[in-house]
Amino acid sequence: MAGRDLTSEFAARIRDAAAAGEPLSIVGGGSKSFYGNPCQARQTLDTSPHNGIVDYEPSELVVRARSGTPLAEVESLLAEHGQMLAFEPPHFGARATLGGAIAAGLSGPRRPWQGAARDFVLGVGLVNGRGETLRFGGQVMKNVAGYDVSRLMAGALGTLGLMTEVSLKVLPQPACEYTLKQVCDQAEALRRFSDWQARALPLSAACWHDGHLYLRLSGEEHSLRHAQHRLGDGLLEALPDWWRQLRDHQHPFFQRSEPLWRLSVPPATPPLALDGDWFIDWGGAQRWLYTAARPEQVRALAASVGGHATLFRNAPPEVPVFQPLPASLLALQRRIRHAMDPAGILNPGRLHEEL
Amino acid sequence: MDRDAFIAGLPELPAGCILSEEAELRPYECDGLSAYRRLPWLVLLPETVEQVRDILRYCHRQGVAVVARGAGTGLSGGALPLDNGVLLSLAKFNAILDIDVDNRLARVQPGVRNLAITEAVAEHGLYYAPDPSSQIACSIGGNVAENAGGVHCLKYGLTVHNIAELKLVTIDGELLSVGCRALDSPGYDLLALLTGSEGLLGVIVEVTVRLLPVPEQAQVVLAAFDAVETAGQAVAAVISQGILPAGLELMDRLAVRAAEDFVHAGYPLDADAILLCELDGERHEVEIQIERVSKLLQEAGAREVRRARDPAERARFWAGRKAAFPAVGRLSPDYYCMDGTIPRKHLGKVLATIANWSEEYGLPVANVFHAGDGNLHPLILYDANKPGELERTEEFGARILELCIAVGGTITGEHGVGMEKINQMCMQFNEAELQQFHAIKQAFDPDGLLNPGKAIPTLARCAEFGRMHVHGGELPFPELERF
Repeated sequence: MAGRDLTSEFAARIRDAAAAGEPLSIVGGGSKSFYGNPCQARQTLDTSPHNGIVDYEPSELVVRARSGTPLAEVESLLAEHGQMLAFEPPHFGARATLGGAIAAGLSGPRRPWQGAARDFVLGVGLVNGRGETLRFGGQVMKNVAGYDVSRLMAGALGTLGLMTEVSLKVLPQPACEYTLKQVCDQAEALRRFSDWQARALPLSAACWHDGHLYLRLSGEEHSLRHAQHRLGDGLLEALPDWWRQLRDHQHPFFQRSEPLWRLSVPPATPPLALDGDWFIDWGGAQRWLYTAARPEQVRALAASVGGHATLFRNAPPEVPVFQPLPASLLALQRRIRHAMDPAGILNPGRLHEEL
Repeated sequence: MDRDAFIAGLPELPAGCILSEEAELRPYECDGLSAYRRLPWLVLLPETVEQVRDILRYCHRQGVAVVARGAGTGLSGGALPLDNGVLLSLAKFNAILDIDVDNRLARVQPGVRNLAITEAVAEHGLYYAPDPSSQIACSIGGNVAENAGGVHCLKYGLTVHNIAELKLVTIDGELLSVGCRALDSPGYDLLALLTGSEGLLGVIVEVTVRLLPVPEQAQVVLAAFDAVETAGQAVAAVISQGILPAGLELMDRLAVRAAEDFVHAGYPLDADAILLCELDGERHEVEIQIERVSKLLQEAGAREVRRARDPAERARFWAGRKAAFPAVGRLSPDYYCMDGTIPRKHLGKVLATIANWSEEYGLPVANVFHAGDGNLHPLILYDANKPGELERTEEFGARILELCIAVGGTITGEHGVGMEKINQMCMQFNEAELQQFHAIKQAFDPDGLLNPGKAIPTLARCAEFGRMHVHGGELPFPELERF
């Protein structure tokens, strides 16, 4: 299949940067540049010219592509064969790349039922901070040879290596998808989500905003009609745009210029005692919030229920984007970072001021 | 290190927690890979996390290595003890600490058996999905250390996909919590890194697993084929038609006969291969898909397609599969279970090659495996009492693993590298990749005291192994295309 392989150029560039101690900012499509802490680097390494789908056989349920490949290109090829990336990676811009999707490790509304970006990573090719070209994992469903370095790359925001190639497990698209809408308040929605998730129902998304809950059902048409009777009031509608807008933050809720919090909490956690505007996703496990509350207050509350809080968009410059780690865990993470990138030249600061 | 002096300096432990007499040590000389045995130097059985921390701190100070052990059912020698280090058994950590029905989580100690979790949450309509065939006996701590799989991985994933949080003690006695009760955590995904790390990075002292609602219905179809290759192609046909079976298992003629003799599952004895295809989910969904699968299997060349008529017949179909290993074990004094994974498209070629080698070595092979995942479990039948037969079996096994690498697969799908596949790691990974693994190990255990000699080979070992296997500069399998 078409595309360009720039792995050896990238490796040379990283070797030079390591020798010079000159940090590099790794950028794919740049669609998630708003996300994470500022990168402490002047030089940029653009992965987008390094692109192309390397291998895809629908019966193997695996797609393998270079990191600069546009996410849209991968997804449209899969769709031609009735398959999909089941973690529903957000497209925060038309140029979003596969490498960026995995490096950010973000997942869309289907996440609680089908898994996160990291769950679908089968293997990666990468250049570490020494400029060495390495491969971990592979193109098979089960592989426990060596430490799982490929999944470790998901969500590391490029601080452990430059991914050159990613192999992902793909899944068949559901035969049919419908959305059920009900009127209720947040507390009631969370109770219903918890109840439904403990039962064998064909759910694939559940969110709540502004007095309405939205439930997506996926499967054979007949099966969805049957499930509807067990879910109470509401009509089944086809609302694909609603979920796409939520996934990609195109919904008006996400268009504000204030700091946007993302609270990741155990899904059955009752409504959190913070004044503000809430948008609940992932059946209660991912909660978006605009609030006037102080960052320490938001983080303490998230931690008190066993979760954490991220300043997803419009973070004030003096506040770290991600929830601070306990000292012992931070020290271990620094040592892991050092093991992959001893000179600390790959996206320094992006994930954490000290990583 | 003098053992008596070491014991004298140990932190305080309750009576019966220190085993040092030969008769007490003997049961710990091997794990599920009984071909590898070594009498441990010392066995410790702590009862509390504080005791684990004290023991590790003490071992760290004394420079004494530690091998952690769960139920000892591992199949790669990962819990093979040391003759100069501590075997740390977590067997006494067998309590289920908390069941959170609303968030579908169970917090358990590492010595809790895999099946005991499902049994404990069944009253809530929930279960723990990964089901290695040893699930009656294997412990969840060991499952995490090995990233254990089972027959339902294609749809429900491995251990790594089904856990939320781990507590581990590092070699310097620090207690760390990794992951959380939400669906993700800040920082690097250490939950992924630790799962499958084979006891080389830390000692797991608590596991929070994710639970799933029990599917409304499960149905199984049995299809008989005249050739293993046709059965392999049928697997691809089902999957490429948008069906994701909960389980898709293949057994060859020898395995079918052994299982039938053993448990009378009702398998067709004249078939060269059978496929068991299970679908689960919402009742109507399962009905529709079972029809489609039956049709697809027929079109793909199945001679006979049989649908389990009732739950009892479904249980019988599965009983044959689940008893396949012990059933094959009745055919021969010993058997050696392999565990490679390959891209499914090479199934036919790989099975044919294994059959040829089986004749060449004069060692019968039964194939029972997770066809949906491409995860092979060839069982080589041998007799350890015949001089040289174990060595020939190991050589045959090593060639199978090398063949898996050559077709783009891996030397281990779910059993781990342990002691068994340490040499083949040198073929699957190059020097820089192995160095990267060692650098990660250093971040956790700079003195290399946790499970030394397992999972990741030293470069020196690979150099030695390389000399042994590359004759006249020729790679193994020069006839095979490289991927």
